[in-house]
Amino acid sequence: MTSHYIAEYEKTADLLPGQSIAWLKALRADALTHFSENGFPSLREEEWRYTNVSAIEKKLFLPQLTAQTAETDDAFFNDYRLEGALTVVLINGRYSKQHSSLEGLDEDISVLSMTDALAQNPDLIEQYLSKAVSIEEHSFVAFNAAWFSDGLFIHIPAKKVVDKPIQLLHVVTQGDCLSTIRNILVVDEMAEVNVIETFVGVDNAYLTASVTEVFVAQNACLTLHKMQIEGDKAYHFGGTYVKQARNARFNHHNFAFGGLLARNDMHTDLDTASECDLNGLYLGIKRQHIDNHTRINHLKPHAISRELYKGVLNQRSRGVFQGMVYVAEDAQKTDSAMNNRNLLLSNDAEADTKPQLEIYADDVKCAHGVTVGQLEEKSIFYLQARCIDEETARNMLTFAFANEMVDKVKLDGLREKLLEQLLKRFPQVSVDKAWL
Amino acid sequence: MLKIENLHANAGDTPILKGLNLEINSGEVHAIMGPNGAGKSTLSHVLSGKPGYTVTEGKVTYQGNDLLDLDPEIRAREGVFLAFQYPVEIPGVSNIYLLKAALNSIRKHQGLDEVDAMDFLTLVKDKIKLLQMDQKFLYRAVNEGFSGGEKKRNEILQAAILEPKLCILDETDSGLDIDALKIVAEGVNSLRSADRSFLMITHYQRLLDYITPDFVHVLADGKIVKSGGPELALELEAKGYQWVEGQAA
Repeated sequence: MTSHYIAEYEKTADLLPGQSIAWLKALRADALTHFSENGFPSLREEEWRYTNVSAIEKKLFLPQLTAQTAETDDAFFNDYRLEGALTVVLINGRYSKQHSSLEGLDEDISVLSMTDALAQNPDLIEQYLSKAVSIEEHSFVAFNAAWFSDGLFIHIPAKKVVDKPIQLLHVVTQGDCLSTIRNILVVDEMAEVNVIETFVGVDNAYLTASVTEVFVAQNACLTLHKMQIEGDKAYHFGGTYVKQARNARFNHHNFAFGGLLARNDMHTDLDTASECDLNGLYLGIKRQHIDNHTRINHLKPHAISRELYKGVLNQRSRGVFQGMVYVAEDAQKTDSAMNNRNLLLSNDAEADTKPQLEIYADDVKCAHGVTVGQLEEKSIFYLQARCIDEETARNMLTFAFANEMVDKVKLDGLREKLLEQLLKRFPQVSVDKAWL
Repeated sequence: MLKIENLHANAGDTPILKGLNLEINSGEVHAIMGPNGAGKSTLSHVLSGKPGYTVTEGKVTYQGNDLLDLDPEIRAREGVFLAFQYPVEIPGVSNIYLLKAALNSIRKHQGLDEVDAMDFLTLVKDKIKLLQMDQKFLYRAVNEGFSGGEKKRNEILQAAILEPKLCILDETDSGLDIDALKIVAEGVNSLRSADRSFLMITHYQRLLDYITPDFVHVLADGKIVKSGGPELALELEAKGYQWVEGQAA
């Protein structure tokens, strides 16, 4: 099942970064064993029951281990660079220095490729790598650990408030490419930063398997945005695994717009009085399949979690939301609210939603809600009663439903780019941009 | 302006209106009172074109045309305004956008150009003072997170800007405390004019202390069973609806 991938691994293993580092070599070996024993996730696994990845298994996506970015035409991804941001570009799973623009980066902030970080300070990386998510999580994580070819290491020192957002622009320029990236974001005590992960790629099939491990220290605040606009035939696995210390704040804005099959994992562990705010918007058109898997672990008392994921599904697309809120015995006074709302625009679209609560503490407030439906008739009539014709009313409501999530993004430049992508995917939504 | 003749209407399969007659001339304020289930809200819904109702008999003429033949948005553009009993929350659409889109739809319908942005803002700011609303309401999503009183004031604000010819107030007083009721009533009174008519639907006489109607009608079991002047409302308040229901039987 996985032997063709493993055979490929053996050929290229020596070219992976950090192969001279004993602990990393051992980790990769363990991960490979785990992957070869378990194969790709199957529909029999509860957390993958709605998402069939056998197409990935049948194909063979190949890693690019030699940097050959000099001739890369950057016109197609330049549009996704965020103005005013520090942008780091990864092409086909490798850091591209020449495409990155880090001018103005303060010296005390580290933004390094994983290859460089491992070469310069392997002991530091050891403190974080595979610490927010283990290789046992599932096979894509193991696959990623075994095979990551590069990634980014970002370290924001204590008390540093970074005024410019940092953008990780992941680009795939070749069909059949495997881009396996491991990122580590460390935000130390009382520091604050905005980070954007952007995923774009060509129209041919390729596979992105990205894992981002995040460590938000005491009183620190990270706002992480994910803008997934992979190519139409792309396969995307993206996992974000967060550890929040006491009073740490983590905001996530997760936009899943692209790919033929996209799976997104978003897990966070909450320490005492920490807060997370998870926002998601997935848009499905044609035959897209977009799976969102979130897990909020309330491990200590007084933490607050808010989650709202919205899906707009058109044509034959399918959206999945599986959200778990886990409250440990020790996590008294937990305050949690999870919501998933799906808007189906066609009879052939499908939404599968499964919110789950697992609560072992007795003094907690945990709310959850789910809706799957069409536009509300009473809203359409209200707008008609205010002189708006039915078609425009439907368009306005559809757009407004999705735009609520875009509107929550505070970075103006990013919000505009998201809006563009939103309108592009729903061209029938003739929205008057003047009022936005 | 509005003539309702022998109107019969079903909600789903249930007959609700059973031969209602009513004529409203320009500038008149009519109050329709009645017990729960009499058909008051059905009347407002049928007049504004809400889906889910079937007119089985009778007709409604508005400014000489068949009102029931028009789509809801056309009725609205022609000047029929329904102030909802339960205004709907529209997340993601700002109040000011809806006001502007609505006003421009009316202007387009009338063959006029879109409203000038500055003129529009001046107009809105002027009207919002009348309803004693904060300007921040303009930039909030329509009715989202508004209190009951704020929603009702917002309905009247819309009416003030859209300048309808026939204003149907569906239980605009329900759920309002006395202060909010006074503000809403003041807003309505300021809209009264010789070329604008009102149809006020209410369960309670209280609203009529603040908005004095020209006519009061009692609706029971889908028909108007008694009509009179403002004094009828007081009589109803004193004697209860059983009084007219008894008379009708």
